[in-house]
Amino acid sequence: MSLERFINQAVSSWMSNEGPHSEIVLSSRIRLARNLADYKFPSLLQPEKAAELTAKINESMQEKYDLELLTMEKLSTLQKRVLVEKHLISPYLSDASSYGAVLLSDTEDISIMINEEDHIRIQCLSPGLQLKETLKKASEIDDVIEAKLKYAFDEQRGYLTSCPTNVGTGLRASVMIHLPGLVLTQQMNRIIPAINQLGFVVRGIYGEGSEALGNIFQISNQLTLGKSEEDIVEDLLSIVHQIINHEESARESLSNMSSIHLEDKVFRSYGVLTNSRIIESKEAAQCLSDVRLGIDMGYIQNVSRCILNELMILTQPGFLQQYAGGTLRPEERDIRRAALIRERLKLEENC
Amino acid sequence: MKCQRCNERPATLHFTKTINGEKSEIYLCEKCAKEQGEEYMFSYHPDFSIGNLLGGLFNIESPFLSKPAQYPQQHALKCEHCQTTFQEFVNRGKFGCPHCYETFQEQLTPILKRLQNGNNVHKGKIPKRMGGTLHVKKEIEELRVKLQQAIAHEEFESAASIRDQIRSLEKSLLSKGGEL
Repeated sequence: MSLERFINQAVSSWMSNEGPHSEIVLSSRIRLARNLADYKFPSLLQPEKAAELTAKINESMQEKYDLELLTMEKLSTLQKRVLVEKHLISPYLSDASSYGAVLLSDTEDISIMINEEDHIRIQCLSPGLQLKETLKKASEIDDVIEAKLKYAFDEQRGYLTSCPTNVGTGLRASVMIHLPGLVLTQQMNRIIPAINQLGFVVRGIYGEGSEALGNIFQISNQLTLGKSEEDIVEDLLSIVHQIINHEESARESLSNMSSIHLEDKVFRSYGVLTNSRIIESKEAAQCLSDVRLGIDMGYIQNVSRCILNELMILTQPGFLQQYAGGTLRPEERDIRRAALIRERLKLEENC
Repeated sequence: MKCQRCNERPATLHFTKTINGEKSEIYLCEKCAKEQGEEYMFSYHPDFSIGNLLGGLFNIESPFLSKPAQYPQQHALKCEHCQTTFQEFVNRGKFGCPHCYETFQEQLTPILKRLQNGNNVHKGKIPKRMGGTLHVKKEIEELRVKLQQAIAHEEFESAASIRDQIRSLEKSLLSKGGEL
């Protein structure tokens, strides 16, 4: 398989487009948790019921949407890992769910997980900051399913979910945001608690418990009860807009105060990426973040902006092994990673 | 406040221990808390699951003991559709089926308030097909807010038209057998 072709497959096509505020906000995501009324929640569901439910949900969607059904038991561990790295399925669906499946759209902007923690998890993704538009899209899918199947819904509690942290709207709205300016000026420690106080959570890029690789943070709502979907999204938007402003002014003051130092940092990282023969994922992520900042600041011009998103995913262990066609030891991975980044950047220069 | 164990670093964690109804409190820094992990039960293991954490949250007396709260008096309480007991729910942090929400309604309200920042009533989307008269009720509620705004801004003409809309919606609600 040629490198070019692999890249095309590795990056979801919705990701190669740009959206509003793409220079800071990488992507917007909406997730709706839904359950069917007449079935036990997935953790207690019998196999034949789970299969029946998967078939019903698949059927309800096919009339209006063209989606591909993948069942977890038919995928290899490595294939599942690649889907997790692309954020198309959750680690829970990949490892813990017994009868999990996922419905994916061609451009990978829609992913509907079946029998994860809840029967249905509708997930829609968009580039840049497009929470309202993405919510609308997810809500339309929700309507299509609801027209055919009976949801577990209660007047007081809203959409009933397996875990009470999701009950009500079942909505998790989140943005993936690149904040090198705020990290460099050491403002994140101050900002994260402030956001938490507003009922929103800040995490590192690969979900719960992970650190912020490559200065990419994920901000999402925590509360699902007592607020409408529109209000949750509106509140998140206003937080994100404020963070964008802070990030912009941090970048501006960095370039005013010590432009040459910032430029030096960017080009050193570019040097590392284009020359190293062994590179760990943490260092790669940091250098990629610097290079992306360099592109945003106009120091680097011959490299496309989506390189950060793309190489962040491509250099994850699952992808590297998929690309290599088998299991790799950690050191082999670091060698592969370095080679892949060099090749990819060379490709970029020749464009 | 300084850590009560090392008296050096600032205390960032507060533990409450309850043994036989006797409560003791201690303030520790993160390092000492880790070292005393066994005793204070707050583990930093990566496999510290959300279920465990929730189990702890439901422990109203001392939320950060990682051992789930014990509810002996509610042992008998069991969801008849999926056989989940309240204790099982607390241990796993997950319900067994949609009916659990009715079965454990009474116990759930304080838990939801805790998890959802004091909120326990859904204000969002209502399913189209099975929402019944809920849509109309929600619309009336929204119109009432608009009506108040219109009155506050002294826009009496639009207030009157909103009032008429509310009346006609109320009429249709009653005719569908709903309550105001």
